[in-house]
Amino acid sequence: MVNLDDLYREILLDHYRRPRNRGPLETANASAEGSNPLCGDEITLELQLDDDGRIADVAFTGDGCSISQASSSLMTEYVRGRKSDEATSAIDAFQAMMIEGEEAPEELGDIGALAGVRKFPMRVKCASLAWKTLELALAQHDRHDDATRATVTTDERSTSNG
Amino acid sequence: MNSDGGFDIERIRRDFPVLKREVNGRPLVYLDNAATSHRPVQVMAEITRFYRDINSNIHRGVHTLSVEATERFEAVRERMRDFIGAPHASEIIFTRNTTESINLVAHAWGRTFLEAGDEVLISEIEHHSNIVPWQMLRDARGIALRHIPMLPDGTLDLDEARRLIGPRTKLLSITLMSNALGTIVPVAELAELARAQGARVLVDAAQAAPHMPIDVGDLGADFLACSAHKMLGPTGVGVLWGRRELLEEMPPFLGGGDMIASVSLEESTWNELPHKFEAGTPNIAGVVGFGAALDYLEAVGMDAIRSHEVDLTSYALDRLIDVPGVTLYGPLDPELRGGVVSFGLEGVHPHDIGQVLDGEGVAIRAGHHCAQPVMRRLDIAATARASFYLYNTREEVDVLEAAVREAADFFGGFGG
Ligand SMILES: Cc1ncc(COP(=O)(O)O)c(C=O)c1O
Repeated sequence: MVNLDDLYREILLDHYRRPRNRGPLETANASAEGSNPLCGDEITLELQLDDDGRIADVAFTGDGCSISQASSSLMTEYVRGRKSDEATSAIDAFQAMMIEGEEAPEELGDIGALAGVRKFPMRVKCASLAWKTLELALAQHDRHDDATRATVTTDERSTSNG
Repeated sequence: MNSDGGFDIERIRRDFPVLKREVNGRPLVYLDNAATSHRPVQVMAEITRFYRDINSNIHRGVHTLSVEATERFEAVRERMRDFIGAPHASEIIFTRNTTESINLVAHAWGRTFLEAGDEVLISEIEHHSNIVPWQMLRDARGIALRHIPMLPDGTLDLDEARRLIGPRTKLLSITLMSNALGTIVPVAELAELARAQGARVLVDAAQAAPHMPIDVGDLGADFLACSAHKMLGPTGVGVLWGRRELLEEMPPFLGGGDMIASVSLEESTWNELPHKFEAGTPNIAGVVGFGAALDYLEAVGMDAIRSHEVDLTSYALDRLIDVPGVTLYGPLDPELRGGVVSFGLEGVHPHDIGQVLDGEGVAIRAGHHCAQPVMRRLDIAATARASFYLYNTREEVDVLEAAVREAADFFGGFGG
């Protein structure tokens, strides 16, 4: 039997209701868009990376379910001020937690609250969207092609059971 | 008997064992009928009987089982003819689903008879399966694809439709009932305008056929498509009806067994209707089971089903409109819509509504319902959608309403 409290942990509802780092970022030099078309989750992530690869500032905009928005808020809170390779390890740790069910490392802090999402397989892609978008924004910055904004879209598998 | 007069809901519900199921510790309230319906025991029994007692391929053997299988299969063609008021049973073609039926027309008719400069007219409220095949045809043949716009209440802009239907219009391909908003489209009126311009008319009846009486003559249709799985039948069975003259001049869609008259290694001649369009072994048991579904629907009566759903829909609209933060999409007059209620809740994403409702045993759909143009027009990413059928009750609508209120409380503090 599902217990909704496993999914909607209080800390997640708090980030949904009062998202951190929400809004456009004027000083951004890297950005990416992510979407889950089937559920209608969308985020635009903007990063300001300084010359030594530190994420000096970060912000997101978008619309979507509580899980996708809370995950975005938590992610931005975590990566702000960190080096991009630390962000990359966090992406890996998050994926390991989400996909392989590994314990969340202590240092991810509140992000560990998203572990309960695993019990709701349909929601895993909602939680993962922010992290996939971050991965894309970092990759785009590495290629120095700030002109175009990268986009990630989860594959739309079921298209006709409407 | 009960207050609906003749419509014995308790008896109907007994025929659908899944309705006795519990989900997350609560009795199942199944309100996702626009996606697929449940099947009554009569349909499952018919399929089991077929596999147990007959089970042979059709149209090929002289042996008794094959003859019996062929008779059962062909009898359903006649049942379907009668169900939609078509002139000839040979005009009923069994496919896999509505999507395949529409693609069949786009290929066999569209690629043969349409050329650059011709126009196919659809509407803004179509299911993706009545959009994408025409975009593919457009890209292959250089035809133009136009659409009748949707008004804010989810109905179509009929003035604009009158302007759009003209001498270049070769096909009007339109839904009779929107799966996203429930809107019932005045197809007969639009078909008359289209036919006056010499255009053909394809009706997507995937949502309408399960829920209201259909007559292809009254609609003024040339083609009609629907799916058994939304009308108490099994998955994997669809229907395309087409007027005989049109089907006869169309080349086959798929090539193979059953659809030929004779084959040499150089060339083949086509079988007669409907076999020309039924290549390969079809879903025989599924079609036979679909026959039991049609029997069930007719025994209850399509008019009775429609009035039951009008009652449930108006009750649901009344209940939900009072819930703070709820936005209802689609026409508010229950006579102008099918049993589909699409809604939003301020501050709560449809996905989260669906999750909280599932916790209460209530199955609804959250998403774009394969109608992204509708979502774009309403400037939303998704809706929550409850859709009814003959076995749903007002009590279940009460459970829905309570669960929606719970979702509002749970995510609390938005919009009041
Ligand atoms: C209006 C409408 N058209 C077409 C379809 C496609 O039906 P199917 O998936 O059975 O091909 C659906 C079902 O989702 C529908 O609601």
